[in-house]
Amino acid sequence: MDKAKKRKLALTWTCIAALYLVILILELTMRPTSILFTVLKKGAIYSLVAVSMNLLNGFTGLFSLGQAGFMLIGAYTYAILTMPSEVKTSQSVYKYYQCFITFDTGVFIGLLAAGLMAALFAFLIGLPVLRLKSDYLAIATLGFAEIVRAVFQWDVLGPVTNGANLLRSYIDLTRVTIPFTDIPFPPTLFVFIAAGVCILLIVLLINSSYGRAFKAIRDDETAAEAMGINLFRHKELSFVISSFFAGISGALLAMFQYTVQAQQFKSMMTYEILLIVVIGGIGSISGSCIASFLYITLSEWWLRGLDMGTFLGINAPGLFRSGFRKLVFSIIIMIIVLFFSRGIMGDKELSFTRIKAFFQRKGKNRKEVKA
Amino acid sequence: MKKALVFLLVLAMLVPLFAGGSKEDDNTIRIGVFEPASGDNGAGGKQETLGIEYANSLTPTIELNGTVYNVELIKADNESSNDKAATAASMLVNEDVSVVLGSYGSAVSIAGSDIFRAAGVPAIGVTCTNPQITEGNTHYFRICFLDPFQGTVLAAYAYNEIGARKAYCLSKLGDDYSGGLVNYFIEEFERLGGECVSETFPEGNSDFTSYIANAKNSGAEVFFSPVSTEAAQLIIDQSSSQGLGMPILAGDTWDSNVILQAARGKSNVDVTVTTFYPEGADASFDNGFKDWVNADSTRLANNGGDDTVAAVTAMGFDAYNFALQAIKNAGSSDPADVMEAIWKTEIDGVTGHIALEQVNGDAIRNTVYVKHCNTETGRWDALPAVVVGE
Amino acid sequence: MIGFLHDNLSYFLSGISVGGQYALIAIGYTMVYGILRLINFAHGDVFMAAGLVMVYLSSSLPFTISIPLVIIITVALGFLIERIAYKPLRSAPRMSVMISAIGVSYLLQNAALYFTGGLAKVYPSIPFLSDSIVIWDATTRMVTIITPFLTIILVVLLTLLIKHTKIGMAMRAVSRDFETSQLMGIKINNVISITFMIGSLLAAVASLLYFTNYASVTPTSGSMPGLKAFVAAVFGGIGSIPGAVIGGFIIGICENIIKGGASIFGIPGTGWTTFSDAFTFAFLIVILVVKPTGLFGEKSVDKV
Repeated sequence: MDKAKKRKLALTWTCIAALYLVILILELTMRPTSILFTVLKKGAIYSLVAVSMNLLNGFTGLFSLGQAGFMLIGAYTYAILTMPSEVKTSQSVYKYYQCFITFDTGVFIGLLAAGLMAALFAFLIGLPVLRLKSDYLAIATLGFAEIVRAVFQWDVLGPVTNGANLLRSYIDLTRVTIPFTDIPFPPTLFVFIAAGVCILLIVLLINSSYGRAFKAIRDDETAAEAMGINLFRHKELSFVISSFFAGISGALLAMFQYTVQAQQFKSMMTYEILLIVVIGGIGSISGSCIASFLYITLSEWWLRGLDMGTFLGINAPGLFRSGFRKLVFSIIIMIIVLFFSRGIMGDKELSFTRIKAFFQRKGKNRKEVKA
Repeated sequence: MKKALVFLLVLAMLVPLFAGGSKEDDNTIRIGVFEPASGDNGAGGKQETLGIEYANSLTPTIELNGTVYNVELIKADNESSNDKAATAASMLVNEDVSVVLGSYGSAVSIAGSDIFRAAGVPAIGVTCTNPQITEGNTHYFRICFLDPFQGTVLAAYAYNEIGARKAYCLSKLGDDYSGGLVNYFIEEFERLGGECVSETFPEGNSDFTSYIANAKNSGAEVFFSPVSTEAAQLIIDQSSSQGLGMPILAGDTWDSNVILQAARGKSNVDVTVTTFYPEGADASFDNGFKDWVNADSTRLANNGGDDTVAAVTAMGFDAYNFALQAIKNAGSSDPADVMEAIWKTEIDGVTGHIALEQVNGDAIRNTVYVKHCNTETGRWDALPAVVVGE
Repeated sequence: MIGFLHDNLSYFLSGISVGGQYALIAIGYTMVYGILRLINFAHGDVFMAAGLVMVYLSSSLPFTISIPLVIIITVALGFLIERIAYKPLRSAPRMSVMISAIGVSYLLQNAALYFTGGLAKVYPSIPFLSDSIVIWDATTRMVTIITPFLTIILVVLLTLLIKHTKIGMAMRAVSRDFETSQLMGIKINNVISITFMIGSLLAAVASLLYFTNYASVTPTSGSMPGLKAFVAAVFGGIGSIPGAVIGGFIIGICENIIKGGASIFGIPGTGWTTFSDAFTFAFLIVILVVKPTGLFGEKSVDKV
């Protein structure tokens, strides 16, 4: 590794460390109820799921729309495992069923199990489904997510899943403690660490020989096969890994929300994640992260005024009423899809050279920007 | 061009980071309104909000320790959806509300509950009837009756008044309100010696013809379906065209002019509901509210297009006054003090005397009003109220 | 057998009627897919939009004017969606077009959410269509009886159009080979526009029938029927019109049999109704894996 590269890497790590430090400081100083933390937490969770979807759609070229289904599996696995056993037996959550699972686990086992369970389902589904081509694959995975939703709402599985009812009282973000102590873990920091580690693992995977194989499959299946890449095995691998992380992000979402219910994991959720990936740039990890934070912040915070009568000081309750925020939002998305189809980052990653170049190139002609 | 756009975007991202969060106004007390304005329960949520707004228009200020404070309502739409409820609740908490009112719909209340708990903000359930909302916590209160009570009354009504021995129960999958109520109904109905068939429909379902056929084929004598008004209008419409031929029984959600409008002119539909408040019980409230609603076209639209007084509106009205009384008793707008004071708060509201029992913080109520839909006039006919105990 | 049919007639009637409506929507999917190889995710929402337009128009106009107007507006909507959201992406990868379709679907739903204020709108009852009738002891609506016949008439007309007119020939040519037909002088954009317009026209008719039966329109009322109709199209063999129609009927009937399962087969309820939607998708996956070309599909020509 040459010196310049090393320096860049060190710089990147310093920046990431600084980011985490800022978050820690913010958490220790600001009111914990501030909406800033809500947005940061949800943004981090969506970053993870968007990156995991990007691994499939952007890096392996598999158009899958099953993300919500895997999140559901992860969320339920986590919630059921970490719910304290006395809650499970006390009829306070499992109102109409006798809970079948009587043990409980800690956060880390819960998160891991959430990922593994999603990965297991992905493995089984992948066997038949991954042989399908592009849009057939999309619709099959979408259908699968709907089936998962129905299965988890099924009465007969009530003793495990609590039927279609809410799950709650499991270990949520406010109940996470620093290992071996009783000190509560700063919740936003926890989400950032969990999502950060997962995203780092995905980045490492993409930069490995597997990642190169994935990209080869994306660019040209026939050529990849001719080069000796086992198509099916690599597709399955990508699918399983992506689902693993989708499962973890589902578990994190469950932690963030305090309650979880199969009902919310609809196809609309997958569409939203897909749109985030598109906004960030298909094939860019940092793009997906930036887009997630942007999307969540806009929709949950800054554009809320569009729904509540006053926006940017303009008071027009007739125009700015319930639903206007989403309308504006979907128009922006259509503009991005149609006119900026490469998204924020295209397939490039955010780096200091690019940021520097961005400012230096200001005012020069556009040819260089494209180069 | 593109670059300038990116630059602006980054700038726009940074500005509110530093601008937000400074909302200290000493002469305002904020009350959060956690109600759906869209989705399945949007119609009911809007009517409940109207009651709160009407009460706010009558008593817009409160005097604490010699200072007069303005009461500001902060509204957050939970979209009748459990995942949106979480963010709507955190938005309210972020706005420094002293107390939260709501929500219409039990599931969203449960979903928002832990966020209020974590922030230490008390919440007062207005018409959410599922027992799980207040059970085992000290921050969620409620001024209405509960499902075990309502379900029991409905079952007894079906068994004794309608004379049914077999009931068909239809609830929505994953909905704590209808699922819970059906569960308590079945418990009591079977205890009385009846028999029940129960089914669920998935979210977004609009074809109820097969469920109606199931009910007919099962030999049931009463159709119990305490679902959201959105599904209700489809059920009424389709049961009329399919010739259901048995009375329909439902809980408090159906006490809405959506139902009246759907059933109007359909002489073969027989709908009976239980509810919190019968229109006409408090003439001054009714008339005042009607005048207030008719004065503004948006209000009229939010009330479903006419000036019917829904029970949830009366409940919203009482909830606001109850919350004000609690703040007065606390002598402070600090959420922790208010939470403490709510336990001991009592008022005489338009829906009756409200006091809380001291275990879960639920209202002590023993009266359920029963209404029957008159399909000719499109209005509710009051039936004798059911008083349990005493 | 006769007794069984008699007892459960209402399920079959519901199934046939909703199946006919799925079939009409499915034709829109199958034709667009046949020509553009695009799953038009927004098609279900066009169907919903037609319902909403009808709600608003009929409040001030008589049915004789509002019904044709609804059809015209829906056709225009289909045309505009194609021109604005799909045409600029004609040379883009297939995934981009599909994402654009998802974006349009999202946009239509959110626009509907805004205009309705998130509340369900009651569909007007169209005289005659919404009258109750009794057939063989089963009470139902007139529309239930009319739907299958109307569906078949429309399909026959459509088939005639495709087989015997110049534009029909162009459509067949384009669906066979996109690029070559362009070289042969077929105005490909016109053909595509007309395909979208026909699809939207049938969706508008389907919405009239569907919402007369299930008289409430919400922003999401189009998504489930849309997806089911798509499954119907895949089942019948995507690109094949008779296939889409048969697929629509089969899915409609199966769905209602599942909903009535407890009563039809005398099995006490174990929550089968939970699966009335999921069944469709399970069915889809099985078809895709076992026979990806569907019932009447042509041999798949891989166009990667």
